[in-house]
Amino acid sequence: MLGKLDWSAIPFDQPIPLVAGAMVLVAILGVLAWVVVKGHLPYLWHEWITSVDHKRIGVMYVLLASVMFLRGGSDAIMMRIQQSVAYQSQGYLPPEHYNQIFSAHGTIMIFFVAMPFVIGLMNLVVPLQLGVRDVAFPTLNSVGFWLTATGALLVNISLVVGEFARTGWLAFPPLSGLTYSPGVGVDYYAWSLQISGVGTLVAGINLVTTVLKLRTKGMNYLRMPMFCWTTLASNLLIVAAFPILTATLAMLLLDRYLGFHFFTNEAGGNVMMFMNLIWAWGHPEVYILVLPAFGIFSEVVSTFSGKPLFGYRSMVLATMAICVISFMVWLHHFFTMGAGPDVNAIFGIASMIIAVPTGVKIYNWLFTMYGGRIRFTTPMLWSVGFMVTFITGGLTGVLVAVPPADFLLHNSLFLVAHFHHVIIGGVLFGAFAGFTYWFPKAFGFRLEEAWGKAAFWFTFIGFYVTFLPLYTAGLLGMTRRLQHYDVAAWRPWMHVAAIGMGLLCVAVVCQITQLVVSIRNREALRDRTGDPWDGRSLEWATSSPPPVFNFAFHPDVRGEDAYWAMKQHAKEQQLEHHPEPEYEDIEMPRNSPTGFVCAFFASVMGFALIWHIWWMVILGVLGAFATFVVFAWRDHDEYVIPAAEVARIDRVNVEERRSLVSMAGGV
Amino acid sequence: MTMTATIGHAHADPHHIGIVVEHPGPASKRIVTAYGFWVFLLSDIVMFSCFFAAYAVLVGQTADGPKGSEIFEHRNVAIETVLLLLSSFTCGMASIAADVRNRFWFYLGMAVTCVLGLAFLTIEFREFANLVSRGYGPSRSAFLTAFFSLVGCHGLHVSAGVLWLLTMMAQVFAKGFRADILRRMMCFALFWHALDIIWVAVFSVVYLLGSAV
Repeated sequence: MLGKLDWSAIPFDQPIPLVAGAMVLVAILGVLAWVVVKGHLPYLWHEWITSVDHKRIGVMYVLLASVMFLRGGSDAIMMRIQQSVAYQSQGYLPPEHYNQIFSAHGTIMIFFVAMPFVIGLMNLVVPLQLGVRDVAFPTLNSVGFWLTATGALLVNISLVVGEFARTGWLAFPPLSGLTYSPGVGVDYYAWSLQISGVGTLVAGINLVTTVLKLRTKGMNYLRMPMFCWTTLASNLLIVAAFPILTATLAMLLLDRYLGFHFFTNEAGGNVMMFMNLIWAWGHPEVYILVLPAFGIFSEVVSTFSGKPLFGYRSMVLATMAICVISFMVWLHHFFTMGAGPDVNAIFGIASMIIAVPTGVKIYNWLFTMYGGRIRFTTPMLWSVGFMVTFITGGLTGVLVAVPPADFLLHNSLFLVAHFHHVIIGGVLFGAFAGFTYWFPKAFGFRLEEAWGKAAFWFTFIGFYVTFLPLYTAGLLGMTRRLQHYDVAAWRPWMHVAAIGMGLLCVAVVCQITQLVVSIRNREALRDRTGDPWDGRSLEWATSSPPPVFNFAFHPDVRGEDAYWAMKQHAKEQQLEHHPEPEYEDIEMPRNSPTGFVCAFFASVMGFALIWHIWWMVILGVLGAFATFVVFAWRDHDEYVIPAAEVARIDRVNVEERRSLVSMAGGV
Repeated sequence: MTMTATIGHAHADPHHIGIVVEHPGPASKRIVTAYGFWVFLLSDIVMFSCFFAAYAVLVGQTADGPKGSEIFEHRNVAIETVLLLLSSFTCGMASIAADVRNRFWFYLGMAVTCVLGLAFLTIEFREFANLVSRGYGPSRSAFLTAFFSLVGCHGLHVSAGVLWLLTMMAQVFAKGFRADILRRMMCFALFWHALDIIWVAVFSVVYLLGSAV
């Protein structure tokens, strides 16, 4: 009846996951109870859960990423404490639990923090920057988000029902095969990634189509803001790379469920094929994450230097070059496999070549700042901090790209330090920069600068205190994923890293405080004009938060930095005397519960597959199919916002902007 | 200030390359839908290419089991190919019928496509069942693993296509040739034709090249 599921799945003998799970459960129930008692449920359902508005979906993506960041961060804290106390002792985490923690940490941070964070920002900003009213497929957008949430849910369920994978975040066979991982851990891992992977693919298709086919009048390719370009590159990579992950995990699951021999040691299976396939996805994935961050830095640096982006066209070229070359370097993740010196040399050289376009970008940002009137706001601090950190992190990357060096450093803490160096310094700093930069656009008020700066400095210093010791320990021979160790020389470095972790925790507290303080002071921080930073691209040309239709009129773009040009023009032309344009009715897509209901059935299906509850699998599949049929059968997929309503909303914003222009003395 | 605020045309060509083609604005729904579906099909082809790669790597790993030349029946494969190619033709007829809003020819084209698809699936299923009954199931060797996965993945796509086809027919029956239903029909046709392209690759790589190993 319930497949492999019985009471032994709940780890009653392990207090840590049980207590953590209970706390999460209490928190969720508490929030739910509060929502229901306060009567917010209808609002939540109509305005958020069923929303197909790209801005709302973007916000929900970022919220999901933030919650999962706390979970992944807790795993990191536990690991750092364990390694700091486990010198010649077992520490406080037994090996099977420690293995689950480092696997969950990597899986969560990449798939359920970094991915939803950047996809959320792209969702929120790209249609606004392109001057359009929504993404190409609004309902699919909602489906994509909720499927990602399903994956996150399954990972968290594994905390209390059963176990998570003990195989590391990429589940290499034969360790992840049925022989060595007979439990449900790898199944939790694989199914949650399969389901959220579908969501990511949907988001990728959606954003590629949006950038290529939905641009406002005059928004030629070479007038798009840099963030739109990096979004395009990143989502092209999603479309090209995520199917590889889907296929690879499908093969692993076939091995586990039906006794196939893709990656087994018996019957001719090929373990190293898994390495090739998973990294053919895995390396582009790195650029899927960091390219949008590059776009964010481009926007931030240009805005806060008060200058157009230096070398815009070389930036576009560099972005697309990275997009292509990122598919030609995957083998550097396993130089030690023994592919031979020629193959290793080719991939080593390709890995060094990809540093060239990245270097082009760094110089472009520096030259954008050069001679500019720089305002050191929080997003700008994250950007400058990124440049310093990413250059040094990139340099250690060029070190491990040298095959002979890699033979020594492979799977050591040096490598762990390197990829945290570039992912934290690149993606996380970028996500935080984008978060502070676009927060006023999403919510209508700015974030408190002082707390933002404190968060930056604690993260920046905390990062170096945590990860520089790991380089050293790696050079001293410490391999990754050690539950305990006997080498005295490593011990002090582990202590320093634990202190750094403490600083990073303070940084997280600063971020949360910043949010709370800003919400309480929101009236003082209100952004009335929609242009709090003196911005340059079209997202600042509408109110904050934007109306559901984004723009009353499709903007007419005549050059790069479209909104900056409009502002200059307005100051020259004394806009007050312009006649009010003729407002028209606007059609917008209707909200739909399809995404949420579909994800509900996907959760049922995923859980049932993990525990081999076959009747429930069929139920889930039928439910999901029925959901789509119901969606396909509806008669009205759009509603009309009457011209009078559009005019009322738009006039308020026009008035605010006019007073700003006259106050600035531009008239 | 309003959104229609414009600046001089001097800025339209900031790099002075001479030619400025102004982007006309967002594309129509029909184009956006078809374009997005094409992108999906490309991603699906990438997924198939992984199974093709796995087949290429594992084709020689027979673990003392049968080789491709010992189990492939070219007569069956030829019939399967003819069925699929014919179904592409009838699917095309159904698309044309939908474009000219002719219900009779639409239902007929779709029904014939459905029958051809089901016939294809039946033959494939019997081939699989026959192999399994002889002890040559996917667990027998890495070669058979790759064979069953690749061909089965295509078969699953055809099954999903048949389900979609029936849903499309029901939709046209219930709602008529509405604009959104015509867009879906266009996507279905693209999907069905793409499965043919995949089959051509399956036919060449699995059955023809695989027999030579």
